[in-house]
Amino acid sequence: MGYLGADYTIKSWLLTTDHKRIGLLYMISITVFFLLGGAAATLLRLELMTPRGDVFGSPDDYNRSFTIHGVFMVFFFLIPGVPAVLGNFLIPLMIGARDLAFPRLNLMSWYIYMIGGLFTLYALVAGGVDTGWTFYTPYSTMFSNTQVIAAALGIFIVGFSSILTALNFIVTIHTMRAPGMTWLRLPLFIWAHYATSLIIVLGTPVLAITIILVAVERLFKVGIFDPAYGGDPLLFQHLFWFYSHPAVYIMILPSFGVISEIVTAFARKKIFGYSFMAGALLAIAVLGFLVWGHHMFVSSQSMYAGMIFSVLSFLVAVPSGIKVFNWTATLYKGSVSFKTPMLYALGFIGLFTIGGLTGLVLSTMATDVHVHDTYFVVAHFHYIMVGGMVMAYLGGLHFWWPKITGRMYSEFWGALSALTVFIGFNLTFFPQFLLGYIGMPRRYYEYPEEYQVLNVMSSAGASVLAVGYMMPLIYLMISLKVGKIAGPNPWAASGLEWETSSPPPTHNFLDTKIVTSGPYDYELQEFADMQREVQEQGIV
Amino acid sequence: MWEFPLFPDSASTFAPKVDALYIGLMIVSAAFTFAFCFFVLFFAVKYRRGSKADRSNIRDSSPLAEAIYITVPTLIGIGLFMWGAIIYFELVSPPGDSIEIYVTGKQWMWKAQHPEGSSEINELHIPAGKPVRLIMTSEDVIHSYYIPDFRAKQDVLPGRYTSMWFHPTKVGRFRLFCTEYCGTEHSRMGGWVTVMEPAAYEAWLEGSSETTGLAAEGEALFRQYHCSGCHGANSTVKAPPLEGVFGGPVPLLNDPKDPQSGSKIIVADERYVRDSILRPMEEVVAGYEPLMPSFAGQIPEDDLLKLVSYIKSIGRGRQTRTLTDRGMSEGEGAASNITDFMGGTSANGGTN
Ligand code: HEM
Ligand SMILES: [Cu+2]
Repeated sequence: MGYLGADYTIKSWLLTTDHKRIGLLYMISITVFFLLGGAAATLLRLELMTPRGDVFGSPDDYNRSFTIHGVFMVFFFLIPGVPAVLGNFLIPLMIGARDLAFPRLNLMSWYIYMIGGLFTLYALVAGGVDTGWTFYTPYSTMFSNTQVIAAALGIFIVGFSSILTALNFIVTIHTMRAPGMTWLRLPLFIWAHYATSLIIVLGTPVLAITIILVAVERLFKVGIFDPAYGGDPLLFQHLFWFYSHPAVYIMILPSFGVISEIVTAFARKKIFGYSFMAGALLAIAVLGFLVWGHHMFVSSQSMYAGMIFSVLSFLVAVPSGIKVFNWTATLYKGSVSFKTPMLYALGFIGLFTIGGLTGLVLSTMATDVHVHDTYFVVAHFHYIMVGGMVMAYLGGLHFWWPKITGRMYSEFWGALSALTVFIGFNLTFFPQFLLGYIGMPRRYYEYPEEYQVLNVMSSAGASVLAVGYMMPLIYLMISLKVGKIAGPNPWAASGLEWETSSPPPTHNFLDTKIVTSGPYDYELQEFADMQREVQEQGIV
Repeated sequence: MWEFPLFPDSASTFAPKVDALYIGLMIVSAAFTFAFCFFVLFFAVKYRRGSKADRSNIRDSSPLAEAIYITVPTLIGIGLFMWGAIIYFELVSPPGDSIEIYVTGKQWMWKAQHPEGSSEINELHIPAGKPVRLIMTSEDVIHSYYIPDFRAKQDVLPGRYTSMWFHPTKVGRFRLFCTEYCGTEHSRMGGWVTVMEPAAYEAWLEGSSETTGLAAEGEALFRQYHCSGCHGANSTVKAPPLEGVFGGPVPLLNDPKDPQSGSKIIVADERYVRDSILRPMEEVVAGYEPLMPSFAGQIPEDDLLKLVSYIKSIGRGRQTRTLTDRGMSEGEGAASNITDFMGGTSANGGTN
């Protein structure tokens, strides 16, 4: 039973330094935070069914719920999601390594994540936070009477977990590749995690500093952000978005890696434009640091600054476009099959495209003035983060589930869940674009009656979405007991991770892998045969 | 209740322009979305496993294709950017003859003060067919003044003035929202903007003014806070007289602490007047000693507005553009332009 059966004690899990087991520890923890965040979202959508407040006792409870929803989802699910679970599990396997470069640091990262999570949970039970996940000053420093410090401290701590994991990935990718695994032979999954790790290492410290400044102002009344004490409230927004815009790429780049693996495996064709795909990842990582001001077009930032941020935001859309173009071109002349992971991947491409293109409305200054801080923005980033990251995460989970557990899940239920999530997602969030353009501001507990129809539609869609998300939770669990034995490579996919048993042994590989060709050499195996077959039939 | 408008009411000169741009963006987005969906589904079905479609000459890269992927979106992007920038430029450039109204946001209400003296809460009465400029500040946290039917929005910050303008074209009542989350009653911090025929507006102003006007009240405050003691005509302290200052160029010392440091020219606008009252040491008029005490914490926002309004009334007529907070004032020194670039911090930089 590979690494899973190496030892069954609780201690063997809690003190493990095996990257695969740590990946599973993360999988369980982020699922818990996803469910908590989802519970908060359910309450929010229930409240918004009617224009008046009725579900929550007071606006304060509503405000606390959207804050905790945002904090859990962003910092405890979306950011760690793909890297800490799939990245942890797969990076050493994909490059033919025994483990990450620093296995004990890896375990420590998980403990740091859990401590950060406990602080934030404490903030929740001790009364909650009502600042929104964006913690804008001076509201968060001088006006909110809630547990700002505890929540912010939780985020501060979990940031170090990200930084350490990223460092671990960077060192591993630099130093532990199997013989012959050159940079241009790396799977795009690895490139994506490399680019993400760079952003994490460069950006997260800025978030840490910002949180310290918030805490200092709040505790000691030192004027940093509050003009009443001589501070500058916009300074916070610059610092916050300097991290948090790149952070949206921290959430999405690993997903690009996942989708590239799935699309090639189910089109049975080498990725189209490999070097441009890798280059686009790095370009996004760099340009992503230069566009933070597009969150501040109406903040009173200077007009000329706004222009520069606007034009750079259009430019950062170009490498994102390259990704979608090349996935599409990969399907061309492929041999496409529609297994569950592929259904999720196709769903990702659709939702990410809509999310990215509506980003143009926000990057264009004149239209952003109107839709900024309305439901249009809410819809946009849910398309990217939930439509994008969560679809990719689920796609990746289904793709590598046989590798992780050694078992196959029910293909029927898998396909049904992919379809339900896709439909439920659009029903939930598409109406929010319309709602935003007709003017409904975000973070509203009560709203004018003319917005009710679209809100009811959105809430109804959310119930479909919730069902879609619960399904995998159930059938994946069931597959552990009754699933068919998967064997080392159920998808006949290329990549070193498929060359070892499922689940892999604790040491990953029994022999040293020597790499002699680039990734995704699918056509080498069967295309020639197929083509010959077709031609022979033509001759006959 | 069961109808679905795709657009809010179109009630200002911005609305048709912003909507046209939005439609343009939607056409581009829809074209790309449908193209992607079409090709993804078409290829996926045509080249499904087992189909007999021709698969000869497979290529896994094409520099030409990549060049097209890069240049076409870049060019479309630059075009859309410019279209948006032109309209945005208009959105932040109020015409010189705007009616100017002061707005103060606080948890959780909007107070508007008309120059003629009337003030109102969570309401704004304005005439149709005339540009209106709002000069806004907050007493506590950041708020944002948003009128969807005008397609106009601007954050309102504590400690500085921001401004927005619009040109209402339609008589009616339009919703006003706060769109920057500001605490418990955020979703209730709003009201109505009432656009009236100009004659009705005049009548409304007459009927609702209890006072002689903001500037006149400001004049009284000017004495009450003892500003006149130094700036008055027969004072013994050497302070600059304020007649004709507003709207004109002011020479400032490069280094406020050093009278020999040379000077730079700025244009006196609302921001300058406000900062001169609250942080007089930061911008010292060339030729004067830095003697003025700071009034920070002593003058409430309402009174500040009245003082600014008074100093404006004795300034040099109407100035054309005063959006220093957008980094737009023409005569600004290079140094302050750099700080403006990073978010107008010059209005607020440093401590006192
Ligand atoms: C394809 C290119 C993209 C463009 C041009 C774009 C543009 C923008 C702009 C201009 C805003 C600010 C809107 C406002 O507040 O008024 C925004 C908000 C946002 N975007 Fe994007 N975006 C893109 C992709 C992404 C990606 C990949 C992600 C995440 C993975 C993302 C996540 C977000 C989030 C989270 C916000 C709002 C944050 C908040 O206010 O709470 N965007 N986007
Ligand atoms: Cu507000």
